[in-house]
Amino acid sequence: MTNEIRMVNIRKTFGEVVANDKVCLTINPGEILSLLGENGSGKTTLMNMLSGIYQPDGGHIFVGGREVVIRSPRDAFALGIGMIHQHFKLVDVLTAAENIILGLNEGALTDLKAVGVRVKAICDRYGFVVEPDKKVYEMSVSEKQTLEIVKLLYRGAEILILDEPTAVLTPQETDMLFAVMRNMKEDGKAIIIITHKLHEVMDISDRVAVLRKGLFIGEVPTCETDPQKLTDMMVGRAVSLNIDRPEPKERRECLSMKNVTVVDSDGVKKLNDVSFTAYGGEILGIAGISGSGQKELLETVAGLCRVCPGGVIAYTAQDGAERDDLVGKSPVEIRNLGVRLAFVPEDRLGMGLVGSMGIPDNMMLRSYKEGHSPFTNRKKPKELGAAVVRDLEVVTPGLTTPVRKLSGGNVQKVLVGRELAASPSLLMTAYAVRGLDINTSYTIYRLLNEQKGRGAAVIYVGEDLDVLLELCDRILVLCAGQISGIVDGRNTTKEEVGLMMTHLSAAEEGVDS
Amino acid sequence: MKQKLKEHKEPFVRIAKRVKIEWWKAWGIRGIALVGALLVCAAIIYAVVALNPLQVYKAMFEGAFGTNKRLWVTIRDMMMLLCIGVGLAPAFKMRFWNIGAEGQILAGAIASAACMIYLGTLPGILLLLVMFLCSAVAGGLWGLFPGVFKAKWNTNETLFTLMMNYIALQLVAFFVALWENPRGSNKVGIINPNTRAGWFPPLFGQDYALNVILVLALAAIMFLYLKYSKQGYEIAVVGESENTARYAGIRVPSVVIRTMTISGAVCGIAGFLVVSGASHTISISSAGGRGFTAIIVAWLAKFNTFVMILIAGLLVFLEKGAIEIASRFDLNNFVSQMIMGILLFFIIGCEFFIQYELKFRDKKHKEAQA
Repeated sequence: MTNEIRMVNIRKTFGEVVANDKVCLTINPGEILSLLGENGSGKTTLMNMLSGIYQPDGGHIFVGGREVVIRSPRDAFALGIGMIHQHFKLVDVLTAAENIILGLNEGALTDLKAVGVRVKAICDRYGFVVEPDKKVYEMSVSEKQTLEIVKLLYRGAEILILDEPTAVLTPQETDMLFAVMRNMKEDGKAIIIITHKLHEVMDISDRVAVLRKGLFIGEVPTCETDPQKLTDMMVGRAVSLNIDRPEPKERRECLSMKNVTVVDSDGVKKLNDVSFTAYGGEILGIAGISGSGQKELLETVAGLCRVCPGGVIAYTAQDGAERDDLVGKSPVEIRNLGVRLAFVPEDRLGMGLVGSMGIPDNMMLRSYKEGHSPFTNRKKPKELGAAVVRDLEVVTPGLTTPVRKLSGGNVQKVLVGRELAASPSLLMTAYAVRGLDINTSYTIYRLLNEQKGRGAAVIYVGEDLDVLLELCDRILVLCAGQISGIVDGRNTTKEEVGLMMTHLSAAEEGVDS
Repeated sequence: MKQKLKEHKEPFVRIAKRVKIEWWKAWGIRGIALVGALLVCAAIIYAVVALNPLQVYKAMFEGAFGTNKRLWVTIRDMMMLLCIGVGLAPAFKMRFWNIGAEGQILAGAIASAACMIYLGTLPGILLLLVMFLCSAVAGGLWGLFPGVFKAKWNTNETLFTLMMNYIALQLVAFFVALWENPRGSNKVGIINPNTRAGWFPPLFGQDYALNVILVLALAAIMFLYLKYSKQGYEIAVVGESENTARYAGIRVPSVVIRTMTISGAVCGIAGFLVVSGASHTISISSAGGRGFTAIIVAWLAKFNTFVMILIAGLLVFLEKGAIEIASRFDLNNFVSQMIMGILLFFIIGCEFFIQYELKFRDKKHKEAQA
């Protein structure tokens, strides 16, 4: 059965927002198609229509030449279409095999052993490693993703849609995923991959389709294009893809951590004897597999984590006169010390902002206590909010629209805008560009460089090694809560950092001051 | 698996979230819902008891507003419900599930009654002030306990506040036995019937004018507190996400304790209104389930204390009207509960159509062609 899929003139609106319009797309068996576009360009929406989560408002979908209506993911499975979402749809307390057969309705009694055998056959064929009896909550992100793919193959998927599969993987894991994808392609499967990372597009795909603001812009064979051309198509104008890295001037000590250990409520060491110094006028990158202690590191500085006895966090003010120990201080006490600390946390709506409030109310989140009046000052946050919207080009229906309703990039701009407004001497960002499109990402890089130029110490926790290597002056690599090394961003390689992310001892000699 | 493939037609109707809705449309939908509810009620009334629905509605109206006295009793009860709703608003805005208003009201009522009995000789205004303060403190304590336990040990506030209701109920039973008058009646009876000490004095010739003034003042203060004060801002942030609150440097435990104390105190003041401003006695039915009804008031109004006036008015009107039709047409109380249920179903249910819209199949094709 040939399973070529054609989407013709697809249209989808959410209220007044046109997510997709006049989109035409063809996917052939034995081919990897990259779907490229900025945030909010409608990639995920389009794929959700193919996998039965949304219904198109207009247009037609043909599978193998026959028009179909896909009303549910079950219909999609029946057509051989399966999607792996950014957020995995797995049940944590079940095993791999149980997750695979979940919802399959193969009779009341299921022979899990037979399932295991079939799973093994699929794994051998494509080069996966899945342990059928392992529980999902014991799996790493990469294992979970593998399980999702195997789950689809088990159900007979011929067309696989992967929504930003590499966002959560290390470089090594990404290579493994790509190898498997190539095997599947050889086997005649059609694969659609959504990604922001252009070098991956160049690496893995046969064809590239580009969406911009919901419209279909064009389609090119990968071998006839390059990252610059693709970016221009995505953004609609020429964009420079180089990230600036000005030489640091007047480095001065800003924050110095010594022997800091943090233990969570379960007694697990999240940070283990961490010591480093961040300097004003430079960007210190922090790399590591997700969950290696990045979050705790930043939250400890911000006064949100309890430090074990013996740790010191010394903060030196910009004039170099004062030195304060931040250990044991609450966020309010830290602020009262005069520490100008800006913090862009990873969880934007769950920590950095209040989703149900508008921009002005969010602007005063960290400063609402100022002044002696029992009432909040409404004027200043309103002015600041308007300024952020204007300067960072935040797209919002109105100043008071709940920020939860804004797109991811605009949410981040609001958050970054607020944090930078306090002219910080120490700026900490966690995954500042996660999920953001190229344009917004470059805006963020520019803002970080501006802070560096002002003499602020910038700590940048990132996951994209290419960006870390281009942007940061030094890179601190965390592995399981310990520092496995601090390397010079100008003289290191992706491979070296990748290795340090997984091995503690590998780069002992790389540790500098 | 391919064999299982079924041909589908497009679904006849789909649900889509609205981005925004004009205010007149939203109120139009609510109006239609109200009319729809009245029609359904009418049909059921006619089908079950063969009465003229119009007469039944007329009786309801007369039951609530028919005479001057009825009008003022309706207003009094509406203020009562509003007061409790105002008390619950800060707790619910903080996403603290305070279902213990009953207990907080009773705690306030006990404090008021005790003041009337033991301090009946104090001059009028002073006695009222002392009663006001004592009932607020008693209700506040009843809110403070679950607040402290939530803040310190993260206990489940729903169970905790519910259990506090039963403790308050037993305390009332104890004090009723203690203050029994006349002996053996198992009732407290009207307190200070001759001196009227601790009773709300009539204002402008109206017995319940003070209730109205007091509750409306509380509603206005609470509105300003929640919307414009720093503490109100903290409540909103904590309600949205504790992580965000911690990040913002808000001490979550102290906000929880403070807010629950305020919530309990206002509910305690409602207990003061019951004893001093309405019944002039205390019994285990002094709260009478209003602590639960007020939860509906608070949520339907989305914690806006002025919208609560409307909702409280509607609920009390329904209650009074239902009692009237039950007695006038010799029906039992279930009829009133049915009517109330149907009306609430429509009024709450219509919010769905304000949040979402239905898209029909035909319309879609027209859109696609356009």
